[in-house]
Amino acid sequence: MKLKEYQGKAIFKKNGIRIQEGFPVNSVDEIQGKLSELDSSEYVIKAQVLVGGRGKSGGVKFATKEDIEDVAKSILGMDLKGEKVDQILVCEKLDFLGELYVSIVVNRVEKGLTLIVSLEGGVDIEELAKTSPSKVIKMPMSEFSPGSLMEKLKGFEHATELVEIVEKLAKSMVESDAELVEINPLAITPKGLVAADSKVIIDDNALFRHPEFTSQKESELTPIEKEANKAGVAYVELDGNIAIIGNGAGLVMATLDAIGHYGGKPANFLDVGGGASVEKMEKSLEICMKKDPKGIFINIFGGITRCDNIAQGLVDYISKNEIKIPMVVRLIGTNEAEGQKILTENKIDTLATMGECAEKIVSLVK
Amino acid sequence: MSILIDKNTKVIVQGITGTQGSFHTRRMIDYGTQVVAGVTPGKGGQEVHGVPVYNSMAEAVAEHSADFSVLFVPAKFAKDAAIDALSNGLNVVFITEDTPIHDVIKVMDVARDKGKIVVGPNCPGMISPGQSKIGIMPNHIFLEGNVGVVSRSGTLTYEVINELTRKGIGQSTCIGIGGDAIIGTNFIDVLKLFEKDKDTEKIVLLGEIGGDQEEKAAEFIKKNVTKKVVAYIAGITAPKGKRMGHAGAIISGDSGTAESKIKAFEEAGVKVAKLPSGIVELL
Repeated sequence: MKLKEYQGKAIFKKNGIRIQEGFPVNSVDEIQGKLSELDSSEYVIKAQVLVGGRGKSGGVKFATKEDIEDVAKSILGMDLKGEKVDQILVCEKLDFLGELYVSIVVNRVEKGLTLIVSLEGGVDIEELAKTSPSKVIKMPMSEFSPGSLMEKLKGFEHATELVEIVEKLAKSMVESDAELVEINPLAITPKGLVAADSKVIIDDNALFRHPEFTSQKESELTPIEKEANKAGVAYVELDGNIAIIGNGAGLVMATLDAIGHYGGKPANFLDVGGGASVEKMEKSLEICMKKDPKGIFINIFGGITRCDNIAQGLVDYISKNEIKIPMVVRLIGTNEAEGQKILTENKIDTLATMGECAEKIVSLVK
Repeated sequence: MSILIDKNTKVIVQGITGTQGSFHTRRMIDYGTQVVAGVTPGKGGQEVHGVPVYNSMAEAVAEHSADFSVLFVPAKFAKDAAIDALSNGLNVVFITEDTPIHDVIKVMDVARDKGKIVVGPNCPGMISPGQSKIGIMPNHIFLEGNVGVVSRSGTLTYEVINELTRKGIGQSTCIGIGGDAIIGTNFIDVLKLFEKDKDTEKIVLLGEIGGDQEEKAAEFIKKNVTKKVVAYIAGITAPKGKRMGHAGAIISGDSGTAESKIKAFEEAGVKVAKLPSGIVELL
């Protein structure tokens, strides 16, 4: 889950990184009362959104004490690449002498963390890594030590301070269970190095250790996604009309691809997860029927998931809610015989392969 | 023969007294796997399907020698359980899903220190048909033979195996390497083993969107694999993933789209199936 700029900065500050000070507000009225908190006569107003490139889209503007409310008004409520701005961060204006870039990311290949530093900040680091790889320092965190980074920063005026920030950033990352921590730009100012922005992504799997973010995670979801989240199923809303229920991310993705291959469009991605119970299957049906699909394809290949649980969940759902749209079911794997028996007793037919099912449901919906 | 696992492999089940642990212990024993012990803290002295249960890995290995631990422990406790197994000299098949990424990184550090293998996390395990199984794959879909299968997904593996078996094409070893961002054994590790294995004649690789492991595997195949490899990549119609951090994948050299992976394989001379069922024809 992505944090907003002010939340990421708060984590950095707690770990001793100097940040560009500011306060978040949801309405213009809150600004004047809080301005005295900032030791600055000029300000920056920044939209607190999660989409990238907000600066280029008008989501960041300078202001003075006099025009600050008008500037705030022009940003609050605006639409930034589909995201409505309902919160802004009022910041002190920094005296920029230069910009640096620093981040720590999860590196799949190294099975660990990688530090990325560039003495050219404020830029698109991905682009810079492609065009001028020599300007980007990359180092596995397992090899990081203050000395090893100092070596690479030889001759750079603010090297000592930068190395300290890297150590504090690493601490921030582990403490908050982040997958990514980024300061871009890290401003060179007369007061020293200052984090002028933050990007922090918290590992969803670790939210149980961070109850402070639970309600925010909830608030980011659509109503259907919220329900799916509560039920413990992975659900993504798509724009087609064939509801999909499957188990395992790979199989569900392949199922969407198969629907696409035969010319259909899936309404959702729904992975009931490993070892789904009868109740979870019933709930999954309830969830994917909410979008009013024109057809439904249930594709289960049981490993840790048992076919009899899936079959019973389907039968339980149908006993309470009639399914009036075309449905195709494919159910194989662990406890397949038991599952098939339940379906046969309830007059539900199945097909043997995913390809057959995909082709059939697409033709039935057309 | 097979790779990583055969009829002599001895296994300890962590979390054996839980619903999943107990259920799959039964299935593994039915398949012929030598399950020598189980571990659940606080449940020592019990038996599950005739398998003795111990409070800790240290107690279990004091009584039984074993090669692999298989982990059915809830995500919150998975790190400690995996480290317990590695520290006691076992390799680990890490079934548990949703383990925090920093926990997984710590497990990988210990594995590296101890020189042990971790398969997973978030994986279905591995099986050498007719010999032994460590994990949760459904027993009845496999057939002994000469095709090695390696996959990032569990259920997608079953899908392809089922098609192979229906057509009478047997498998030497099938390994689910796991769907998490950080995993222990990766495509290249398994490709190396299949390339060396006398009983593996052809290789099936099943990838999916995210990261650049497939691109790296394609590069490796081009230079080092003489056996025929065919692939399938899931997620060509999937929307952009929400969980991926931006700089991570791209700075590592490439993007995580299905198109990029398919292109990399095709450039390496690996044919890529449009649907999972297409794998059979390509073989």
